[in-house]
Amino acid sequence: MSVRRLAANQPDSFAFSAESLKQVKAWIARFPEGRQQSAVIPMLWIVQKQQGWVSEPAIRVVAETLGMPVIRVYEVATFYTMFMLEPVGSHALVQVCGTTPCMLRGANDLKAVCQRRFGDRDHLSADGKVTWQEVECLGACSNAPMAAINDYYYEDLTPEIFEQILDEFIAGKPRAPGSVIGRQGSAPEGGSAVLQAASLYDGTAAKALKSLPNAEPKTRGKAKEAAQ
Amino acid sequence: MPKAKVNGVEVEFEPGMTVLQVAELAGEEIPRFCYHERLSIAGNCRMCLVEVKPGPPKPQASCALPAADNQEIFTNTPMVKKAREGVMEFLLINHPLDCPICDQGGECDLQDQAVGYGRDGSRFGLNKRAVEEKAMGPLINTVMTRCIQCTRCVRFITEVAGVAEIGLISRGEDVEITTYLGSAVTSELSGNVIDLCPVGALTSKPYAFNARPWELKKTETVDVMDAMGAAIRIDSRGPAVLRVLPRVNEDVNEEWISDKTRFAVDGLSRQRLDSPFIRENGRLRPATWAEALSLAAARLSSAKPERIGTIAGDLQDAESLKATLDLFRALGSANTDCRQDGMALGTGPRESWLFNAGISGLEDIDVLLLVGTNPRLEAAVLNARLRRRWLSGDLQVGLVGTPSDLTYDFDHLGETASALTALAKARSGFAKVLKGAKAPALVIGTGALSGPHGAAVAHAAAQVAKAFGMSWNVLHTAASRVGGLDMGFLPAEGGLDARAMTAKGALDVLFLLGADEIDLSASDAFRIYLGSHGDAGAHAADLILPASAYTEKDGLYVNLEGRVQMGQRAVFPKGEAREDWAILRALSERLGKTLPYDSLDQLRARLFADHPSFGQIDWAPRGQADLSAIGAAGDVGDTPLSSAVKAFHLTNPVARASVTMAECAALAAGPAKLAAE
Amino acid sequence: MVGILEDKDRIFTNLYGVHDWGLEGAKRRGAWNGTRLMLEQTPEWLCDQIKASGLRGRGGAGFSTGLKWTFMPKAEGLRPHYLVINADESEPGTCKDREILRNDPHLLIEGALIASYAIRAHTCYIYIRGEYVHERERLEAAIKQAYEAKLIGKGNVHGWDFDVFVTHGGGAYICGDETALMESLEGKKGQPRLKPPFPAGAGIYGCPTTINNVESISVVGTILRRGAAWFSGFGRPNNTGTKLMAISGHVNKPCVVEETMSIPLKQLLEDHCGGIRGGWGNLKAVIPGGSSVRMIPAHEAETALMDFDSLSALKSGLGTAAVIVMDQSTDIVRAIARLSYFYKHESCGQCTPCREGTGWMWRVMERMATGEADMKEIDMLLDVASQIEGHTICGLGDAAAWPIQGLFRHFRPEVEARITNYRAGKPHVQGASLQAAE
Repeated sequence: MSVRRLAANQPDSFAFSAESLKQVKAWIARFPEGRQQSAVIPMLWIVQKQQGWVSEPAIRVVAETLGMPVIRVYEVATFYTMFMLEPVGSHALVQVCGTTPCMLRGANDLKAVCQRRFGDRDHLSADGKVTWQEVECLGACSNAPMAAINDYYYEDLTPEIFEQILDEFIAGKPRAPGSVIGRQGSAPEGGSAVLQAASLYDGTAAKALKSLPNAEPKTRGKAKEAAQ
Repeated sequence: MPKAKVNGVEVEFEPGMTVLQVAELAGEEIPRFCYHERLSIAGNCRMCLVEVKPGPPKPQASCALPAADNQEIFTNTPMVKKAREGVMEFLLINHPLDCPICDQGGECDLQDQAVGYGRDGSRFGLNKRAVEEKAMGPLINTVMTRCIQCTRCVRFITEVAGVAEIGLISRGEDVEITTYLGSAVTSELSGNVIDLCPVGALTSKPYAFNARPWELKKTETVDVMDAMGAAIRIDSRGPAVLRVLPRVNEDVNEEWISDKTRFAVDGLSRQRLDSPFIRENGRLRPATWAEALSLAAARLSSAKPERIGTIAGDLQDAESLKATLDLFRALGSANTDCRQDGMALGTGPRESWLFNAGISGLEDIDVLLLVGTNPRLEAAVLNARLRRRWLSGDLQVGLVGTPSDLTYDFDHLGETASALTALAKARSGFAKVLKGAKAPALVIGTGALSGPHGAAVAHAAAQVAKAFGMSWNVLHTAASRVGGLDMGFLPAEGGLDARAMTAKGALDVLFLLGADEIDLSASDAFRIYLGSHGDAGAHAADLILPASAYTEKDGLYVNLEGRVQMGQRAVFPKGEAREDWAILRALSERLGKTLPYDSLDQLRARLFADHPSFGQIDWAPRGQADLSAIGAAGDVGDTPLSSAVKAFHLTNPVARASVTMAECAALAAGPAKLAAE
Repeated sequence: MVGILEDKDRIFTNLYGVHDWGLEGAKRRGAWNGTRLMLEQTPEWLCDQIKASGLRGRGGAGFSTGLKWTFMPKAEGLRPHYLVINADESEPGTCKDREILRNDPHLLIEGALIASYAIRAHTCYIYIRGEYVHERERLEAAIKQAYEAKLIGKGNVHGWDFDVFVTHGGGAYICGDETALMESLEGKKGQPRLKPPFPAGAGIYGCPTTINNVESISVVGTILRRGAAWFSGFGRPNNTGTKLMAISGHVNKPCVVEETMSIPLKQLLEDHCGGIRGGWGNLKAVIPGGSSVRMIPAHEAETALMDFDSLSALKSGLGTAAVIVMDQSTDIVRAIARLSYFYKHESCGQCTPCREGTGWMWRVMERMATGEADMKEIDMLLDVASQIEGHTICGLGDAAAWPIQGLFRHFRPEVEARITNYRAGKPHVQGASLQAAE
């Protein structure tokens, strides 16, 4: 990672759309009064969803909305690497996980595909449709190698399938995210040998409990008192 | 008291102290970069690591660890040595080897501690990191490659100055200290980050490449840029004052000074009056002292006593005030005034014009009412103390006057003095807050006390203070003012005040003792200006007697609390200029009214004898004013009560001569955006 | 049978998302059953039960969950109490909480209610990593269901007012550290705080706070339903219960699976993952607990048990039970160099040893990977690692040092040979120095 800076070319202004504003309000409401600063990361995320990236005017708008010094928002925007500080590809933001678990299963080949197709990482491709990045562990290691494309995960990739998926994005017809080899979540390829017992799913477990193991006699009144 | 052992030596300590403080109690030096007594604890530099027992088997950051009873602290074990060497090595691997061209050289914590605690060689063979340069305005020079990311500057600006304008952006090894897009820091206290920076990342821009610390003569004195009397150290080389640094005075400025105090010094070498001047045919020509003094004496003695008068300026030492006052009384004149702004205080007991709560007493107040003042501009360091009091909780602040960003929240009670009359009668709102207060303080600015309604506003404010049992505190802006009032540098019986003296036809001879902030456009008197700078007073003068700036003379100054402090001469006066009192003594001789003192010591003895309060050096009274005797009932007017200070950087002749201050003033006045290139 | 744990004893019965993740499905599988009975007990009883179950924090540190709860003030004072759930799963190799969040979210919500009651909190924040967009959407939908069913919220059927809010990060591994998470939750950079004060005294917003991992909270309901003894019956003493384990790398079938603690590592890999690619003999090394623990070589993996004590005896750790498997084909130096890059990338930059040291270590590791380093740099690197380890504010410094220490503990000759070969004109990887650099 090099130093994260704001883009050289910035729009003149930023304003939340009506839809974004609704979300902003909902986020601020999640936090106690006077603690609206807590919503800064979600708000920058909303900015990114609306704008595709986080622009300098947007940073000022976020600071104003939350009553924060603008330098604090700037700190946050540059600290967290999910915030794109430059415009990204119109069709796909491709984030290839390059950390060891994915690397062991071929992430370098995926990076090579991106390099060949779109040029250097962290830049708009020549046609402006794609930006690709190498990112750190995305937390889907049992389905490695994988990449996040526009927020969602494509897992168990091979260079060939990956390239197909990229083409689909560029054509504007992306497939549904998930394992590309048909795995059920993180179950072993070919199906799970566990979680087969029918009794787990036939409602047996839903039969209301009468009492808990080791429970003491009803102490609700006391409990409430103790707790309040 | 709990006890701890430091390297085997037992010490007692106050509960709540940190391991670092306890180790220092025991006389052990703990190296540190990020830790600073007056800032929040960051614990990030890791230089202060020590070993404690009981504790985990790894070194602990002593700055952040509360000391515990029966704790054993070790600062000399192999574990500690390794920790210090390791941190030192990490700090240095990306620190440039540019000490020979670094202004911090000779006073650099990193240099000193590298020698004291580091290894002798480097094992780092890779390229060093370079950090892109940053802009922080005309005062702070940045060489960010040298930065060790201790965040002292961030914490100072955020916590003490109250203007969150510096931050640490990005993360990991790429973190950078910066302002938002390179904008200038707007705090009046910004220069303190230069002192706080333990390395050469933030240095003084005006002082850049001027000198090495060991070349400088250091003179401990007091500041005159506002009425606080901050403790300062003047660093000079030969005849030139090169920089001003703060000294510690816990009761006054702790260890901060304002940017004006620090950076106006280039004004000491510009626009100086280095020879007497006489106006002939509308133009000033250089003259000899003999000519000048003869002319002054001739004019003064030829006029009737009631047709001569004197106005004293804001930067004068008490000795020159005393000599001037004695001279004019000897000449039989009642026309003497030290209040250029015409503030309506000065009679009655001394407490009526003092800041009675004391500066350090602000720590103990619980409700504050500001009247016609902007402490941030009038006494920036005092304002930082108010902010700290506010941050510590439970301080309620009300303001009557023009609102602005004070770095703390306040209830705005109204713009005009009518809000005061209303407040005295009210039962709810802020009046209720005042009613419940244990130690409320009223701080009134000279802006509210000046002007046609000054006396009535003073009266109305005093009534409020009386109604709620508040301490009475006048926030002066002139360093000479309290001294002048204390010695009665006021119109005597039947005498004219400053405003009257400048009226058309009022006087034949007007003697301006460093008075540069009064409108002289109507005055048609023969004007004699005694002062150091070619400012407004000198421009309007018919005769100029060149005198000394505050760095060029020994002198007493009384700060707003009534604390008498002694200033020391750092350099000699410029050219033909002389010390103020000596000029007055010479003039008195020419007038045949020889002042009864031949040395500064004799003058001081006379001052102490006539006004005993001047003899109590470095002591501040804590009295309470007789509130019923303040001001006079009357129409409080309907003009907004605004601060006496309109342009922070341009309040006195030294500051107005300073290029640095002019730059700052332009930045402050213009749209603050101009920085972003 | 596959593995040790039987289906009837699994807590996460929808681990793979085969069944309905929603409220109806969750209830059918036993979630929200008896929750009311639990909240009729005292908070102390709840803490005691969890303590008795032997549940140790599933986020990696392994601190007793029940004991942690008892650190909270015994009564709510002026400052409200908070439960914060750490769903910032970012440790390389770890992908277990993700399965809970998207497939069994109701176990988490139920656990959050119970835990909040146990620590006398009425508000819970779930801090989920920003990249888990789908998981967050799923969790928010589940929370909405729970609110609508009045299982949580003000005046809910359980008689304990309780709000749960989801918030998210923005791409920073360090926010998995509990104090960095609190900073981030407060809308700041995720830079860890100094301790003391500890979260139970002053956590988010300066209020008493307990922070638990997603898995730790999600198992609470089932433990109480089936009894502490049931849970503590799995594994070995001090290492009890069932645990989600995530296996990645060079196994035939990587997966996430719930198993008993102390299952032999070899059995875990053979039974659930179809064995090592190319057979057990092809195994080179295993990082058994997420990237932050030291690796163990094949011969130690042979006998290692997946629990705290067995792995720490091997100078490694259970961590999050995220097993990264490396077979003989692995360029193990580069694999660790890539982890060094990860730690350099994720260092928050706050404290000196980590900020300066992680980058230094990574650059030297890259030189090791190509072989262009000096032989003497090995000892220097280990010394630098030891100057970081134990000298930082949070654990990231340690986590950056340990993989490197593990590498040289077991594969030093391999690195030395690579350096020698490079000097002999036989470079291992041509001109690939600083490949990851930008």
